[in-house]
Order: sequence, then structure tokens, then C-alpha cells
Amino acid sequence: MAELRTLIIGVGNADRGDDGAGLAVVTLLRERSDHADGVRLIQHWGEASGLVEAMAGWDRVLIIDAAASCKAPGDHHVFDVSTTPLPSDLTETSSHGFGVAQAIELARALGSLPRDCRVYAIEGESFEAGAALSDRVQAAVGTVAEAIMQSLELAPA
Amino acid sequence: MTTRTIKVSQLARVEGEGALKVTIRDGEVKNAELNIFEPPRFFEAFMQGRAFTEAPDITARICGICPVAYQMSAVHAMEAAIGAVITPEIRALRRLLYCGEWIESHGLHVYMLHAPDFLGYQSAIDLAKDAPDTVKRGLAMKKAGNDIVAAVGGREIHPVNVKVGGFYKAPSKKSLRALVDKLEEGRDIALDTVRWVAGFDFPDVERDYEFVCLGHPAEYPFNEGRIVSSKGLDIEASAYPDHFEEVHMPQSTALHSRIKERGFYFCGPMARYSLHFEKLPAIAQDVAREVGLGTTCRNPYKSIIIRSVELVFAFDEALRIIRNYEEPDAPAVPAEPRAGVGHAATEAPRGMLYHRYQLSADGSIERAVIIPPTSQNQATIEEDLTAFIPQWLNMNDDDLRWRCEQTVRNYDPCISCATHFLKLDIDRG
Repeated sequence: MAELRTLIIGVGNADRGDDGAGLAVVTLLRERSDHADGVRLIQHWGEASGLVEAMAGWDRVLIIDAAASCKAPGDHHVFDVSTTPLPSDLTETSSHGFGVAQAIELARALGSLPRDCRVYAIEGESFEAGAALSDRVQAAVGTVAEAIMQSLELAPA
Repeated sequence: MTTRTIKVSQLARVEGEGALKVTIRDGEVKNAELNIFEPPRFFEAFMQGRAFTEAPDITARICGICPVAYQMSAVHAMEAAIGAVITPEIRALRRLLYCGEWIESHGLHVYMLHAPDFLGYQSAIDLAKDAPDTVKRGLAMKKAGNDIVAAVGGREIHPVNVKVGGFYKAPSKKSLRALVDKLEEGRDIALDTVRWVAGFDFPDVERDYEFVCLGHPAEYPFNEGRIVSSKGLDIEASAYPDHFEEVHMPQSTALHSRIKERGFYFCGPMARYSLHFEKLPAIAQDVAREVGLGTTCRNPYKSIIIRSVELVFAFDEALRIIRNYEEPDAPAVPAEPRAGVGHAATEAPRGMLYHRYQLSADGSIERAVIIPPTSQNQATIEEDLTAFIPQWLNMNDDDLRWRCEQTVRNYDPCISCATHFLKLDIDRG
């Protein structure tokens, strides 16, 4: 059981191929895990000021988003952004405009960034309008969901 | 010959993905291109064959910032196609929902995207480091807009409560009354915002735009009315295809709109304000006069003041609607399918949003046309750059680049929803 009040945010656009990876992780977590006390799962389209508002007041926030940083599709990385920004090569890759990286830094500037904040970035393959998740990203979605469950010690449903 | 090229490969602080290229030769602006490399939207094609009742939910997904605008234009166009007439109570609720979206969108643009330009900050993050209370003020206002959208639309983003004919469920009087305190506070913040942004330094420029927006005999433009312009256009939405056309520009996947008889035009807050100042509530008119804004404005940099005045309007209108609100007997009127064509234009925060649908007898969508405000303004943005840049040629490249980006942001462009071209192969090589 998670000890900290934890918010898990899947970010993305389900109509844009692998951009929906973060949303898919949250959908999977909803299916697989118990509704643990102190853990809330939400899906968000990634607009920065809305994310700042959503993150405020939680002890721990995990954000899952798609990335396009020239790594292999399906690669995934975890970044602890509690004290340092996202790497610069991940700050302009979102299709959400004023997005996740800006939300984290805006929350930090306003003093409302949760003390434990991590970003799970899943490298996308295709961001075409109307496309489904690619096979490699679909596989990564399961891996990341599993990793989050283990890190939070969430019990399978 | 000296050539100077100003390129911005990733436009910051606009919604979506865009780029800008300005070429200057021998002291003259040879070309200004707002390039859009977001993939074209597929929604018009996606809707073909779908039921007319699905349009509000599908089109809401086009834009995260203005889903309500897409829903409103969609339901009005569908109701025109099937001959449904909504009740005054449903109309008021739709206006309230639209108020929420204007507050969200204008609050975001004024504080997070545009104000940093005038204050010398690279972003709202830098502004927040120096002036956190200012940014919190903007976030509080935006939150009040979110709360309206959640109360009427069913949730904060991509509202699910809107249907052809009205709403799935009408909000309770109590749930709307619960918003009043925050909305009154928001209206006060909006008034302060007008005073704050009016104190910024503005480039001293004007252009003779043709302003285009909705026109209603008694109301500031929102979700009902004819399409009017500052140069005499006055038509029903159904006559839109007779007077407007879209042209494909080689540098962009978005179509550029123009009035067939005269050329490019300007839609959005500055058009609404300049054509309908007298229909703003007294509180908004008074604060505009207080800060020295005339009843018309042709300086696009001052659009940040006008958005702030429209924030005052949206809060005031929301409070008026809530004060008068009675729960309707039915949340929707019947919506029966029939063959037909329906047109509608409503005022998205960024400007006029036109939808046209052709339906078959069973109500399935045979053809959908959606023309968002950013594609209508795109040519005017490029013309602004061409007109204004010559006076700034003595700036160094960084400053000139900044000024060009600011010029684009005057229009609060939503590049994601401007992409409106489906039969185009994109060469990504």
C-alpha cells in the first residue's frame, strides 16, 4: 500500500497514435490494480496550467507521457524531476504545446510541485492522427504499468 | 544584396506546433510564412458516416483548449439541419458553458502565453519566479472557468454533457449558485487584469483590417447571430460558402480563408470588440474607457487588453445567467433525423468557428466542413509581419525574432485546430 498520497497522471491525446501512451498506462492501471487508498489515477490532455492545478496538494505525482526524442520506439525512461527539470531534449516533443515540462517548472516556480515527482516517458513511433498505439509502444505500456505497480506496491486486482 | 532570414523553428507559447520564416532582402520583407507542420486533422473525414448525434463529442476532441466552441458550432449546425429549435433555458445554459471556455482560454493566453512577451520574460515560468502572485491570479481565474465547464459540461475538459437539442442533464440551481463567489472574485481579478495589461508598452502600429464576427441585435457575439464585417458584410451563416473561400498556400497544411470579394480578414476578440463595443455590459465598457481603450481598436498588440475586457464580460455574463437560472423542464428538445444541410458559426475564444454538415435521411453525416478561426486569421498574421517588420529592422536578430513571435501570439493561434486539409500528402522527407 502506498504510504504517500499519490496522483498518477496519464498525459496524451488518444487520437494521435502513440501520443496516447500515457492514457493507456492509466487505463491499464485502472484495470489491473486495486483502488488503493491514497492513490488517484487521472487522464489529462497535457495543458500546463491544468496540470499545475491537478498536481497541487499531492505528496507524490507520477506523470506518464509519450516522447519523441530520437530513441527507439517503445524505449521508456523514468526521470526524477523533484529537484531538477526534465532533460531539454524532452521539453519540446509533446504535441500538447505548453505542456508537461512547462507544468513541472511552473509548479516548481510557484512552490506547489509535489516533493516526489517523476515522469515516465515512453518513446513513440507514430503520432499520426487517428492511428492506434504501435505494437512496440503497446508493449511498453504494459511494462511501465507493471513498473509503477511495483514501485508503489499496488496489489493486482 | 543583403539577405537576412529570421527563423523560429519551434514557436513557443502557441497551442500546437508551428514555425515561422521571414525573409528580408535589401531592407524589405520579401516573405513571411507561418509554417504549420502539425499533421492535418482527420476529423472531417472521420465523421463521414457517423450519426449526427455523435458530432458534438467527436468535434470536442479537435482542440483541448476550445472543445466547447466545437460542440456549440456542431450542435447549432445540426439543429439547423434537422429543424430543431431549442428553448430559451437551454440557450442560456449554452451561453454559460461558453463563458466558462472563454474564461479558461483567455485566462491562459493573457497570463501564461502573451503577458511574458510584454514584460521581457521568456515564459510564464520566468514570470512566476519573479511574480508568483501574478501568475496565481491568472490560474485562479482559469480555475473559475474550469468550474463552470465542469458544472455545465460534465467535466473540465472535453465536456460530455452536450447533445444535439440541448444537454443530457441540466445542472441544478444549487450547483450553479455554488460558483457565484468564485465568479465574483474572478470578475474582480479580470478588472485588475485589464488595468494591469493596459499599462504594458505597445508598438505603435495599426492596420485597416476587415473585422469579421457574429452580429446579434442585442448581445455581444457568442453563439447566435448573422455574420457581419466592418466593410458591410451581413449574411446568415448559411450564406458563408457564397462569400468565403479557402485557398491552399504551399507552405502550410492549413487552408487560408478569405472573403471572395475583398481578400483576407481578421476574426477574434479585436473584431468582436470593435464591431460590438456597445453590447458589452457597463462594467466592461467602463473599465475599457478607464484604461483609455477606444470603442474600436486596430492595434493587434492591444488584443491582450481586449481579451482581458472579454474576461470581464464572460464573468459578468456567467453571473447574470446563474442569477436568472431556473432548471428547465427538459434538458433537451427532441432531435429527429432528416436529410438536410445545416450551417452554424459561433465565437470561439480565438474567433469565428464555422461548421457545415450534410445529413442523409437517417441522420448519418455525408459531409462535414469545419473552418477554425486560426486558419481564417493565418493570412492576416503573415500580412501583419510583412507590414510591421520594416520598422524593426534595426533590431538584432534575437529581438526581432521575439517581436515576430509576439506578433503571431497576438492572434492566440491554435495551430492544432487550424490544420484543416484532408486530401493532402505531406512530404516529410
